[in-house]
Amino acid sequence: MNQREILTGEHFMNGDEASAEGAIAAGCRFFAGYPITPATEIAERMSRRLPEVGGIYIQMEDELASMGAILGASWAGVKTMTATSGPGFSLMMENYGLGVMTETPCVIVDIMRGGPSTGLPTLVSQGDVMQSRWGTHGDIGVIAFTPSSPQEMFDCTIKAFNLSEQFRLPVVVLGDEIVGHMTEKVVIPKKEDIKLYSRRKPKVKPNNYLPFAPDDDLVPPMACAGEGYNVHVTGLTHDERGYPVINAEAQEKLVGRIVDKIRKNANKIIEYEEIKTRGSDVVVVAYGSVSRCGKEAVRMARAEKMNVGLLRPLTIWPFPEKRLRKLSEKVKAFVVPEVNYGQIAFEVERCVASNSQTLLLPKMGGDIHTPEDIFKGIKEMI
Amino acid sequence: MKLWRKPLDADDWEPPKGKIYIIEERCKGCGFCEEFCPRKVLEESDKYNSRGYHPPEVVNPDDCVHCELCELICPEFAIFVLDAKEMESKKPKKKRGKGGGSKKTSQKKKSSKKQTSKKTKKGGRK
Amino acid sequence: MDIERSRDRFAPHYLEHEKWKLGDYGAHPIDKYLRPGRIPHIWCSGCGLGISMTCFISALEESGLPLDKNCVVSGIGCTGRVAGYLKLDSYHTTHGRPIPFATGLKLGNPELTVTVFSGDGDLFAIGGNHFIHAARRNVDINVICVNNFNYGMTGGQVGPTTHLKARTTTTPYGNFEQAFNLPHVAVASGAVYVARWTTLHARRLKASIKEALLKKGFCFIEIIAPCPTAYGRRNRLGTGLNEMKYYKEHSVIRHNADPAEAELVLGGDILVGKFRDEEKPTFLDMQKEGTLDVMSGKGGSKK
Repeated sequence: MNQREILTGEHFMNGDEASAEGAIAAGCRFFAGYPITPATEIAERMSRRLPEVGGIYIQMEDELASMGAILGASWAGVKTMTATSGPGFSLMMENYGLGVMTETPCVIVDIMRGGPSTGLPTLVSQGDVMQSRWGTHGDIGVIAFTPSSPQEMFDCTIKAFNLSEQFRLPVVVLGDEIVGHMTEKVVIPKKEDIKLYSRRKPKVKPNNYLPFAPDDDLVPPMACAGEGYNVHVTGLTHDERGYPVINAEAQEKLVGRIVDKIRKNANKIIEYEEIKTRGSDVVVVAYGSVSRCGKEAVRMARAEKMNVGLLRPLTIWPFPEKRLRKLSEKVKAFVVPEVNYGQIAFEVERCVASNSQTLLLPKMGGDIHTPEDIFKGIKEMI
Repeated sequence: MKLWRKPLDADDWEPPKGKIYIIEERCKGCGFCEEFCPRKVLEESDKYNSRGYHPPEVVNPDDCVHCELCELICPEFAIFVLDAKEMESKKPKKKRGKGGGSKKTSQKKKSSKKQTSKKTKKGGRK
Repeated sequence: MDIERSRDRFAPHYLEHEKWKLGDYGAHPIDKYLRPGRIPHIWCSGCGLGISMTCFISALEESGLPLDKNCVVSGIGCTGRVAGYLKLDSYHTTHGRPIPFATGLKLGNPELTVTVFSGDGDLFAIGGNHFIHAARRNVDINVICVNNFNYGMTGGQVGPTTHLKARTTTTPYGNFEQAFNLPHVAVASGAVYVARWTTLHARRLKASIKEALLKKGFCFIEIIAPCPTAYGRRNRLGTGLNEMKYYKEHSVIRHNADPAEAELVLGGDILVGKFRDEEKPTFLDMQKEGTLDVMSGKGGSKK
């Protein structure tokens, strides 16, 4: 069975399947989900693969339950994941908030499709970026990845598991329909080459354990069910003992820490790719499948002797704001192609407005920009 | 309930006896224990606790047969019953619940016993 | 939170009770199952939730199950607070979602005994879908529903179990919706153990909870409880004590009764007892048989 754990080698698979393989390689042993296009392939792959490695696949009655079940299983000590698309992601928002409040590690893969509502079930969009940031009520710390290829779906899923275990929160992998359904070469490394991180366990005895007293990195060690720590976990504002405390002071302390544990550790989390940004007049900021067209547009512009570069955030949250501020000191304009009516463009503008201009190239979904579309935008700003 | 016949071993068998302990400060005066005690051992007292409720008091301590219904039916975890003989023969031990067994508690116990007996004498308060 | 308060947690139980100016003996025997510093609870005088909790604790004690392997999951509402008082691994989740959470907990670690403790609104209105599906799958969890016929925490609104014609804050002209018959729902959905008791039947309730704790499969127990503050007051049911007396006069104990007859009418009899007790393979049994055995037996079905 263990041989089936990590399918080392080269594969030809789509992004959804790569994500499922990444999860299994990362040690995920519990998947609860509900079928939804274009994320169904993840559930299908997991239902076949999890029993092979001793894990459990369960198809729940809806996404509310899927999210609830993975939180429960995570407290039972297992690495857990669910996969969905926009409409299901909307349903998950309630328990996503519970996961953040109770600091429960788990991974949500959201393969974005056209919205709002049922929208375009089989076609692409990037409309859930802000939902992953602000979808649940209240202030939260968020980590979200925007992979742009099946290989990255595999890699990001592993990274998502590691970060969720390290910082104790639900981590989102925001694939889009194109990345999810795109079939490409995926290289799965050897087991020993995959670095895994598991949640920190308390070192003290149950009587001295404060379940929500953080270590220096603002993350508390986690005692799971059945380990004798008798932890109380609640979605109410709680103190370090985990007991509900309903006042402003406790709220300040708890929610402040939940946001800060990501904000203050952002340097360790943020990943982005930069292409030829040094000395560029215009920088394209693109993520997900669109970034592939962005790269081609940059190549076209460079061929016409324009000084153009590209910044591709791999972690869309936390947003690489410091890097953008730094770039804005020399860059005249930023071009942001997105398959939505402007979500990340406003983030970019927020960071660079004092020095540079921002051009949004929106698309409502169903299709992504061609390189020429982006190239036109670049020429406009140069 | 009427017994339709006297049990054959009724003379050899001694009914258990319970001693009732009331944590008065916890009581919210719902009256369940007083109403449903099958031997009518408990009654509402005149005194107030700090929240203004009248906790129950033991009026017929000898009638208690240690059935523990009051303990089970109290929504406030404010009343419990221990075996009376065991409590008399031994000093309270940590057998059930922690705490107890210290000098302080045994002194308290004596004093409250006096109180209860006085109240019993008062009798027909109601 | 100041450090001093956080240390309360480590204080032996009797220290907590010194604050309570104890009568003549140390701690209540149940206190070792309660989180220190959390009593008094928030429930009103005459509420049946404390009794339900005492019965659960006594049943747990009698069952002999290891406490560290016992978990309680609650939703939102008055009953949702149970998790916060019990000194077990306890989870207070979102409104209506304790059953999915408990499902994950049980499947994630099958060694655990998982009990869902929640109210009628939580389990059957917002969480109704989860209930019927967990029962259908026969996940090995116990569900205890404390039914007080309304949403007490928010001040007494109409719920899925509110009697026909009853008055609540949102049915000022009387409730005109049909109510759920919970044992019937549970039996129809596939629960292997279904019982109903009132808080007056504390001893039978305790025995029932013990049976459920020791039984494999989806077990459901409905506890009919007084809510004098929100429901009793508006429907002239009197105090909690009056409601308990009503249970005494109007409860009909009948085991193995047809759950269809267990409907509740305002002012009518309350049919209580054990409606169903049968054996069926659980989700995990079926999962093992349905996937692992197929895989090892045939070796096929692999990619």
